[in-house]
Amino acid sequence: MDAPAIHAKLADRFREKIVAFQAETLQPWAVIAPDAIAEVATFAKSDPALAFDNLLCLSAVDYPKEDPPRMEVVYHLFSYEHRHKFVLKVHLPREGAHVPTVEGTWAVANWHEREAYDLFGMVFDGHSDMRRILLPDDWIGHPLRKDWVDPDFYNGMHVKPTQQMAERAMAGEKIGVGPFDITPPNRHVDE
Amino acid sequence: MSNPAYGWRVDDIDTDEMILNMGPQHPSTHGVLRIELRTDGEVVRAARPHIGYLHRCFEKHAESVDYPGVIPYTDRMDYVASMGNSLGYALAVEQLMGIEVGPYVQTIRVIMAELQRIASHCIAVGTYGMDIGAFTPFLHLLRDREKILDLFEWTCGARLLYNYNWVGGVSHDVPDGFVKACRQFLREFDATTYPEMIDLLIKNKIFIKRTAGIGVCSPELAVSYDLTGPNLRGSGPPRDLRRDEPYLGYENYEFEVIVGEGQFGPRGSCFDRNWVRALEMRESAKILHQAVDRLEKMEHTDVHEKVPKRVKPAKGEVYARSEAPRGQLGYYIVADGTGINPYRVKVKSPCFTAMSIFHVLAKGMYIADIIALIGSLDVVLGEIDR
Amino acid sequence: MTEMGGLIQNRFADNLAFTTVDNVVNWARKSSLWPMTFGLACCAIEMMATGGTRYDWNRFGMIPRGTPRQSDLMIVAGTVTLKMATRLKRLYEQMPEPKYVISMGSCANNGGPYWKHGYHVLKGVDEVVPVDVYVPGCPPRPEALLYGVMKLQEKIQEDRVLRRRGETLGSLAGASMGPEARK
Repeated sequence: MDAPAIHAKLADRFREKIVAFQAETLQPWAVIAPDAIAEVATFAKSDPALAFDNLLCLSAVDYPKEDPPRMEVVYHLFSYEHRHKFVLKVHLPREGAHVPTVEGTWAVANWHEREAYDLFGMVFDGHSDMRRILLPDDWIGHPLRKDWVDPDFYNGMHVKPTQQMAERAMAGEKIGVGPFDITPPNRHVDE
Repeated sequence: MSNPAYGWRVDDIDTDEMILNMGPQHPSTHGVLRIELRTDGEVVRAARPHIGYLHRCFEKHAESVDYPGVIPYTDRMDYVASMGNSLGYALAVEQLMGIEVGPYVQTIRVIMAELQRIASHCIAVGTYGMDIGAFTPFLHLLRDREKILDLFEWTCGARLLYNYNWVGGVSHDVPDGFVKACRQFLREFDATTYPEMIDLLIKNKIFIKRTAGIGVCSPELAVSYDLTGPNLRGSGPPRDLRRDEPYLGYENYEFEVIVGEGQFGPRGSCFDRNWVRALEMRESAKILHQAVDRLEKMEHTDVHEKVPKRVKPAKGEVYARSEAPRGQLGYYIVADGTGINPYRVKVKSPCFTAMSIFHVLAKGMYIADIIALIGSLDVVLGEIDR
Repeated sequence: MTEMGGLIQNRFADNLAFTTVDNVVNWARKSSLWPMTFGLACCAIEMMATGGTRYDWNRFGMIPRGTPRQSDLMIVAGTVTLKMATRLKRLYEQMPEPKYVISMGSCANNGGPYWKHGYHVLKGVDEVVPVDVYVPGCPPRPEALLYGVMKLQEKIQEDRVLRRRGETLGSLAGASMGPEARK
């Protein structure tokens, strides 16, 4: 099935929940209302004509400069049976975004959604294990957002880049062992 | 604990579950992976992998440098098979910009990709044997991998991270005499490397006993967790992007898609995945024979002729996949049409999805089998954490 | 041992040798550096190649050990992330004295290619452990790593084991390696 036919089938079933459809691109996509994505996913997998049994990729993208500013979650679907592809998108607000999980349909979405939450901040409702996956558990902030600013320190270690350090070293400052002092207690040093 | 052969009953012995931590520094995790095990004696009741110890902010860097500047960063994701990474990225950007490279560059790319596949599987099978306890095949395969790295170094100057596949071409043309050297390597591969590996490791009774029968993954589970590459083919489905959606002229080469056969245990076990990798090396050698013959007869065009002066795609997005040695590598690139930096690059790495199935397969195994399972999934943490 | 030559060479029987305790102890230490396998990223593959048959580090006496308790060298090969840095420090503290650290690759030296936008990358492993030898490269060739090991061996040979005056290799934290430190 080609993309307009797939979109027609989805729109036939879900009517106004399919908000938009963009066909003039390399890989056409349909925009789904956030609260309906779980049902659309289940339908896309179980319907025999669509049979999207493989979620290729779940990505999150941040568009702060669009009007209105939004974050997107993009689902790339593929069917091993019919060999067709489709793209679903969900538009979310940049703060306090909530979207239902599709973990029940495609088990691989578990980790993909955890990563999207970790790096962007949108919360997937109904997820079995909504916590950070790549960054440490006590990390503050969501780094892949476009308004991310590197903090200076994380637990005493420099996060900011070292060009400043390189300049300071060229100016003669002694940059050696960092903020930690780990001289073991029983050193024999003649003072 | 509750083995009836010994006449013990569960209520005789007061047992408790133990939480054991494996990693992130461990001799046999393939990178910095931490696995939290809940064990009842030697049997694992639950396993929880923790990743992120190698998260190097690839996607943030991709937004901050220009399109060609992303290629060295892609190399460093799956550092064992970096030709495949840069190839996937170059294919994605070329799709976005509508560039088609000529047959000469395509043949060079196929040669490099298949050589890299053999080298990557050398490491995969070798370290798997080392995890099981067989040290000698690892040394043999590493020695033979050095021959491939010599070819790479001769072509582009680097042993491990090449920055080779550029948008619209490759960075260096193959040098004179490359065809002869490649044929020499293939002769040695067919004569010694491959038979030695099969004899020493794959047909080894101890190896078979340790790996066949554990970590069995059914095809439905594999597809649901988006396993690809040798992990999926070990369970049965003959899915190979080089056959299903050919790119770079793969439809003109004759090769077989290897699937796991389950000859020593249930289909989809650790042995089957490893079997697929081992036999794929021979298929890659077949493709290389054909590609090298083709390259010799082809006229040498300039490898930089389609490389654009400025990579500035129009506004759009694309998701492009390619068959890396570890599975299907996918790049989702969003271009906003204004800047020379990509707007967003998201990588779907095959090891990320392979690791997500780990907690399902690890239930009920012995601790030593956990090591065998990680090795059979062939994870490289650089690709998982990016 | 050769700096003792001249006066005493060929003056004694074959089974008698004169040297200093420092020389012997340092020679023993430098000839059997047992590295803890701390391969993190791409440099780990080059470290494995150094252990392979072409660049064999076994001829230097280096046997990789998996546990920090039995090793005296930590080759930090690869990018250290902030999440990993606490574990690295803990492993370093678990190694017994005397211990040495080689920082292999640009990522371990100062953050490497990720120095600019890497919010999760530690900009140089010397933020958490003291480093003896820095081996540059991305990744450094196996020969470069072996050269770094040989430089470390030269450094160990200069150490003073029995009598310490001032800062030497034995007190690693903050040791400066200029010529005035070799007293």
